[in-house]
Amino acid sequence: MLDPETRTLFLETTHKFVNETLIPAETDVSETDQIPADIVKQMQDLGLFGLSIPEEFGGLGLSMSDEVEVAMILGQASPAFRSLAGTNIGIGSQAIIFGGSDAQRTKYLPDMASGALIGSFALTEPDVGSDAASVKTFAHKTDGGYILNGTKRFITNAPEAGLFTVMARTGEPGAKGVSCFLVEAGSTGLSVGPCDKKMGQRGAHTADVIFQDCFVPDDALLGGQEGTGFTAAMRTLDKGRLHISAICAGAARRLLDEALRYASERQQFGKPIAEFQLVQAMLAESQTELYAAECMIRDAARRRDAGENTGTLASCCKLYASEMVGRVADRAVQIFGGAGYMAEYPIERFYRDVRLFRLYEGTSEIQKIIIAKSMLRNLDS
Amino acid sequence: MVSGVAPDFEEKHAMKVLVPVKRVIDYNVKVRVKADGSGVDLANVKMSMNPFDEIAVEQAIRLKEAGKAEEVVAVSIGVKQAQETLRTALAMGADRAILVIAADDVHQDIEPLAVAKTLKAIVDEEQPGLVLAGKQAIDNDMNATGQMLSALLGWSQGAFASELDIDGDNAVVTREVDGGLQTIKVKMPTVVTVDLRLNEPRYASLPNIMKAKKKPLDEKTAADYGVDVSPRLEIVSTTEPEARKAGEIVGSVDELVAKLKEAGAI
Ligand SMILES: Cc1cc2nc3c(=O)[nH]c(=O)nc-3n(C[C@H](O)[C@H](O)[C@H](O)COP(=O)(O)OP(=O)(O)OC[C@H]3O[C@@H](n4cnc5c(N)ncnc54)[C@H](O)[C@@H]3O)c2cc1C
Ligand SMILES: Cc1cc2nc3c(=O)[nH]c(=O)nc-3n(C[C@H](O)[C@H](O)[C@H](O)COP(=O)(O)OP(=O)(O)OC[C@H]3O[C@@H](n4cnc5c(N)ncnc54)[C@H](O)[C@@H]3O)c2cc1C
Repeated sequence: MLDPETRTLFLETTHKFVNETLIPAETDVSETDQIPADIVKQMQDLGLFGLSIPEEFGGLGLSMSDEVEVAMILGQASPAFRSLAGTNIGIGSQAIIFGGSDAQRTKYLPDMASGALIGSFALTEPDVGSDAASVKTFAHKTDGGYILNGTKRFITNAPEAGLFTVMARTGEPGAKGVSCFLVEAGSTGLSVGPCDKKMGQRGAHTADVIFQDCFVPDDALLGGQEGTGFTAAMRTLDKGRLHISAICAGAARRLLDEALRYASERQQFGKPIAEFQLVQAMLAESQTELYAAECMIRDAARRRDAGENTGTLASCCKLYASEMVGRVADRAVQIFGGAGYMAEYPIERFYRDVRLFRLYEGTSEIQKIIIAKSMLRNLDS
Repeated sequence: MVSGVAPDFEEKHAMKVLVPVKRVIDYNVKVRVKADGSGVDLANVKMSMNPFDEIAVEQAIRLKEAGKAEEVVAVSIGVKQAQETLRTALAMGADRAILVIAADDVHQDIEPLAVAKTLKAIVDEEQPGLVLAGKQAIDNDMNATGQMLSALLGWSQGAFASELDIDGDNAVVTREVDGGLQTIKVKMPTVVTVDLRLNEPRYASLPNIMKAKKKPLDEKTAADYGVDVSPRLEIVSTTEPEARKAGEIVGSVDELVAKLKEAGAI
């Protein structure tokens, strides 16, 4: 846990970077579908890629409480920036931190912390989405390693990645038959498809990752153990969902700030529209829901830091925060009136960008299933 | 310098740079005047390092990176909270810091002369080869501390630097003056005050912010240096800038001329 003075300085610096460097570059990133190299360099220099990687591997080893504060600030800029560092902070590195062998950790984590190596997390497949335990990509045991066959879909940062955390089946059907492999980009038999054309988050890329008789050595198996892949994936998502929730809160903060400023400047009927109670209602509802999300996220993060199992709480946060930011974005468009529909203003872009948060790292429906199942489990015991 | 490094050569290259940094109201904050007009309201307002001082810190670090300075010492004189400002300097890359507590109330500004006297005492102790200061603080725009310090020390000075190079015993300073740029060569040790275009300060990286906590920060008081910091200047009044009045759209040139005549402008 950072001491208050360090934490303040840390967050102020992140804020300054967001306001002075990232936000001014947003339009360019969305038009070119590319984050400029000098901004990537600045993100690396700042240390953003290593937020959650332990200090012994060159990262910052932030507590969850500190990480969500940083994420709430990063989320205020276009999600494309966060996405580039996001896999190293979350799903692309966590399985290695939790389940990797010492050799695997020392091999990959330092470069991930600096941002020199981008890690991707490859779970989803064409026929395997919400039902993640039904992974079909197959890893066949052979002399000295495994041969992988299958296709992974919608994999964030696949075109940029140097390392893929791949969930593949080594045994029986179901969760217990899934193993996790660390596959380096450039491995023979591994190819990355063209970038997907997405609704939003231009500048962040997803693509198919295809394995055709792709050989990986034995030491690519996470932790040297078969059958632990699904658990690794779920542990990774427990943490990742809190991070995503904080990003949602950050995006909502930005949308609301923009809407508030616009409402106080835009005049109709001889006065600022912020003076009309129907507009005030939209502002107040957004503020209240945002505050609720922030409280949930901070509480869950604190409890996670205290050692509590916060899987269910993380799902509550992800469900609420991702739905909340959708409503806040919708109201922001409404407050902007016709201007909110126009690409000239960031509102239109954010409206599309935040739609994703209700889908990945588990859809809203899947979060509800997780929450309710856990409630029912606890009823029995 | 083919053979045998002379001791004084080595000494000069072990130059220390002293950088005074001031904690001021953040430049993004909308400033509000206190009800009694005695100054600007600073209670619960975001404070940051004076932007010109940030440029000075950046320059000092660049000198160190270029092997032209060996140590960068940041100093702040003011309230205890200025410790945060010093941490920023340390996070950017300063080696150590000295905090001189000279006031309890965040509203008490330490005047340039008192700051310069305190800095002189610190210079006497630390023996830097260069003092790099901001040309002014954005809160009261005094633009005096560096010049006063140079006078008190009997050192040369180069104010409003937009370029700085250390060349042996001399500092070459390009100054932004009204007519353009002026380049002067001053003898070291010297006091240089920096202008906006000298450099673009770096962001303190997050790992360096964490490391800054472990760098030494000495805490002193003005009394330790025997400096009387009580105010000599009296602020008579502080007022908000006058709000811009709404304009008027005129229909024709004739109307414009008529209006201007009416207003006595032509
Ligand atoms: C931009 C983007 C980036 C992504 N990045 C990654 C990545 O880096 N790595 C990765 O592995 N994956 C990634 N994904 C994939 C993402 O996690 C999946 O899209 C998500 O889990 C949903 O799976 P699906 O698309 O197959 O939808 P489906 O599972 O087919 O779901 C379709 C609909 O059915 C609902 N549904 C499904 N099952 C149930 C049920 N039992 N009860 C009620 N409703 C149900 C869902 O909620 C949803 O509304 C990414 C996706 C996108 C869009
Ligand atoms: C794609 C597109 C096509 C269009 N095509 C045409 C066209 O062909 N011809 C044409 O003339 N116009 C057209 N428009 C303009 C459209 O009709 C206006 O955008 C719309 O009437 C809203 O006006 P506004 O954008 O100025 O928003 P504003 O009037 O500024 O409204 C901003 C927000 O304030 C709210 N608000 C305003 N006044 C009050 C009040 N008194 N009380 C409570 N809330 C209030 C609004 O409901 C809205 O939420 C088009 C707009 C778009 C986006």
